[in-house]
Amino acid sequence: MLFTILLGLISSILLIPFGKRFKSSWSILLPFVPTVLFIYYLGYIPKVASGLTYFQEINWVPSLGVNFNLKLDGLSLLFCLLITGIGTGIFFYARTYLKGHPYFDRFFGYLYLFMSAMLGLVLSDNILLLFIFWELTSISSFFLIGFNNDQEASRKSAMTALTITGMGGFFLLAGLILIGNVAGTFKISELIEYRDVILNHPQYPLILGLIFLGAFTKSAQFPFHFWLPGAMKAPTPVSAYLHSATMVKAGIYLLARFFPVLSGTDLWTYTLMGIGGFTMLYSAIHSLFRIDLKSILAFTTISALGMLVFLLGIGTKQAVIAASVFILVHALYKATLFLVTGIVDHETGTRDITRLSGLKKVLGPVALAAGLAALSSAGLPSTFGFIGKDLIYEATLHVESHWILILTVIAVATNICLVAAGFMAGFKPFIGSLPQEFEKLHLPYKSMWIPPLILGGLGLIFGLFPGFIGNYLSYQTANSIYAGDTEMHLAIWHGFNTVLILSLVTLAAGTFLYFINKPSAEKVGFIEKFEKISPQQIFTGYANDIVKFSERFTNFFHNGYLRSYHMKIILFAEGLLIYKLWQSGPIKIVFDNLTPLTIYEVAVVIILLGALLIVVSTPSRLTSVVAMSVIGYCICLMYVFYSAPDLAMTQFTIDTLSTVLFVLVLYKLPSFLNLASARERYRDSIVALGFGAILSIIALKVLYEPIKTETSDFYGENAYILAKGKNVVNLILADFRGIDTMFETVVLGIAALGVYSLLKLRLKSSEKE
Amino acid sequence: MELLLVLVLGLLYAAGVYLILRRSMVKLLLGIMLLGNGTNILIFLLGSITKGKPPVIDSNHNVFQDIYADPIPQALILTAIVISFALTAFAIVLLKRVYALVDSDDLDDLNTPEEEDI
Repeated sequence: MLFTILLGLISSILLIPFGKRFKSSWSILLPFVPTVLFIYYLGYIPKVASGLTYFQEINWVPSLGVNFNLKLDGLSLLFCLLITGIGTGIFFYARTYLKGHPYFDRFFGYLYLFMSAMLGLVLSDNILLLFIFWELTSISSFFLIGFNNDQEASRKSAMTALTITGMGGFFLLAGLILIGNVAGTFKISELIEYRDVILNHPQYPLILGLIFLGAFTKSAQFPFHFWLPGAMKAPTPVSAYLHSATMVKAGIYLLARFFPVLSGTDLWTYTLMGIGGFTMLYSAIHSLFRIDLKSILAFTTISALGMLVFLLGIGTKQAVIAASVFILVHALYKATLFLVTGIVDHETGTRDITRLSGLKKVLGPVALAAGLAALSSAGLPSTFGFIGKDLIYEATLHVESHWILILTVIAVATNICLVAAGFMAGFKPFIGSLPQEFEKLHLPYKSMWIPPLILGGLGLIFGLFPGFIGNYLSYQTANSIYAGDTEMHLAIWHGFNTVLILSLVTLAAGTFLYFINKPSAEKVGFIEKFEKISPQQIFTGYANDIVKFSERFTNFFHNGYLRSYHMKIILFAEGLLIYKLWQSGPIKIVFDNLTPLTIYEVAVVIILLGALLIVVSTPSRLTSVVAMSVIGYCICLMYVFYSAPDLAMTQFTIDTLSTVLFVLVLYKLPSFLNLASARERYRDSIVALGFGAILSIIALKVLYEPIKTETSDFYGENAYILAKGKNVVNLILADFRGIDTMFETVVLGIAALGVYSLLKLRLKSSEKE
Repeated sequence: MELLLVLVLGLLYAAGVYLILRRSMVKLLLGIMLLGNGTNILIFLLGSITKGKPPVIDSNHNVFQDIYADPIPQALILTAIVISFALTAFAIVLLKRVYALVDSDDLDDLNTPEEEDI
């Protein structure tokens, strides 16, 4: 199983060096990989149908519980077959569809990447592994939606899709980690044993909510549905493959995979029934107003996804059976319709159904495929769609509550709209009279029309022999979801009962709706008026606000003026310190502990303060430098008074040196300009004095605190004994902490080198402004 | 005396902050030096200050006989003074260089023209 994932990834990588060759002579090899994989998975059908489940385990990060656990059961097999089977068709189709495109190789690289990621997603038996592949599908979808990167709409849609699915992925990760922590295992097949633990855990609602967010964003459920119509900017094969048949069903897959673990609570049932039911009806109605073929198909896809969520929400045996069959039904007819749309678009250059008609005369086999798909989507008896629809009604009619009526009505209404929309997409362009402009059309190369014809034809074959597909595939799919025996038996004829009546009513009403509903540009305009209050507007508005906010935020804090940065930093520090000081209570001063004042000290302080005033206020640079040195000498004197002879000497030397340097180097500079207004200066003095006051208060508080002297005592006592010296300060620097001092010397050396080179560096004339 | 030192360090900080809020590069440098001095005094106060008892052992003894000033703040400050000198010296020649290039003492003149209109 692992090799099937790796094969796609390797092919994707091979396209980097051999891209040019694959563009032309080697391009026939491209569909080879999905074909091989499809045949490989077809071989699993009999084994899985007999009830076997395959496991494969490769250690990856065993200490974190992240292993390459793969599992193949009925549900995985269905998806694997869809991915590789429809993939085969898509690869053949796209090879012709994109012939000559400059990014031909890149496109297939993304497609391979996607196929691998999707296979990995449905085969993962480890929730973290599942998450990695989940994100990979989002990323490859992003590249494919934005494939026409010269169009702004395309880039925008790609961003929207990535934002929505990426956000969902983020929530999903949280949910998956929570569920792993609660259960104590990251293996999906083991989770089911902890079902009771998880259901009764207080975090169950949170887990469920997070996983739902992941599934709803991926599977385009309301209110996150809007990225999917946008995603139709991708080339049509991508829409057919990712955005209807496979990737968007990843959310459904997730819900189905966790169905045995998480379902059965009111929260599960009503959330999924509510969201799914609303989504399916909402977008089914929306699809009727569209005139763009792809747009119609996008909304019907959302509706079908809503239907699947709805069925999983109902969660009865019949509902699970219906869901497992409907996944296949929908994938077959929707992929067909998309591929047909691609051909129509490719040949006529338009997807506007008000302009298209009568194409069956020129595109015969294509019309046949479209017709088969439309009939299957409508649920005509003897098509596979009929069986899917039957099962859905069967499910809504067998709910054990008073909800039967409502659920059935919603399902019928949705299906009526879907019938009409299916006819709009599958019939309308092909019947009626052929306009002159399209008379010269001819059938495209057969690799384009054969895949949809096969897919459409399968809808009919499966419909005629439902027992065959039911026993071999869908039965085990339903069993994997339900985690038990579903006793499913698909049959073409169930007898004359309510379900049949409902099916016929749906078909009749849908056909009627198709004839009375005349889509037009005005109707599109009408429905778009509602988009002002739609989730899409709210999301994009919110995103724009974030951009604006961050722009303002950056401009405010990063405005390019150093003093403004200083101001903000100092104000912030002041705020923080005031808060902390406020909390720490009043200041206490013990006057008895203070050293007495002498006249010299007072005199020195007065000189210092006077010099300080001069530094701050003088317009002359030289005066300020001299005043600065006076301050330094005053501090030096204070060190002398308070028993710090080493400090006094150092301060004296350094201060003298600084002053000399200052005068020598900066003598040539002009005197200070007075650049600030009086108001600014007052504001700055208040801020500065505030800061000084806060520091003074901190110093006062420190004075009151008792001093711990163990370290000092250690140095005092051992100075002579260990270091054989008598000046303790010197010993600390040169002996006890000698290595620190050595590095300090290194710093000084570096500074000296800097000074020297800056002084020696000659200005080039070009550097002068 | 401690109270006077508290006043002095507060004012040193205030003057330092005031100067780094100015546009002139030289004032910026003076402000940083003042902040450094203020910090030194703050550290000095952290150990209790003692008059006339330097942390030097009497030449006739091997251990202290009397109380003595706390040596650790002094060691810290000594390091700080030296390092701040390295900073000052480097900043002074840097200022000279900047002045030679842009012919101004105004920090705003260092901004690139694109940033000025923000």
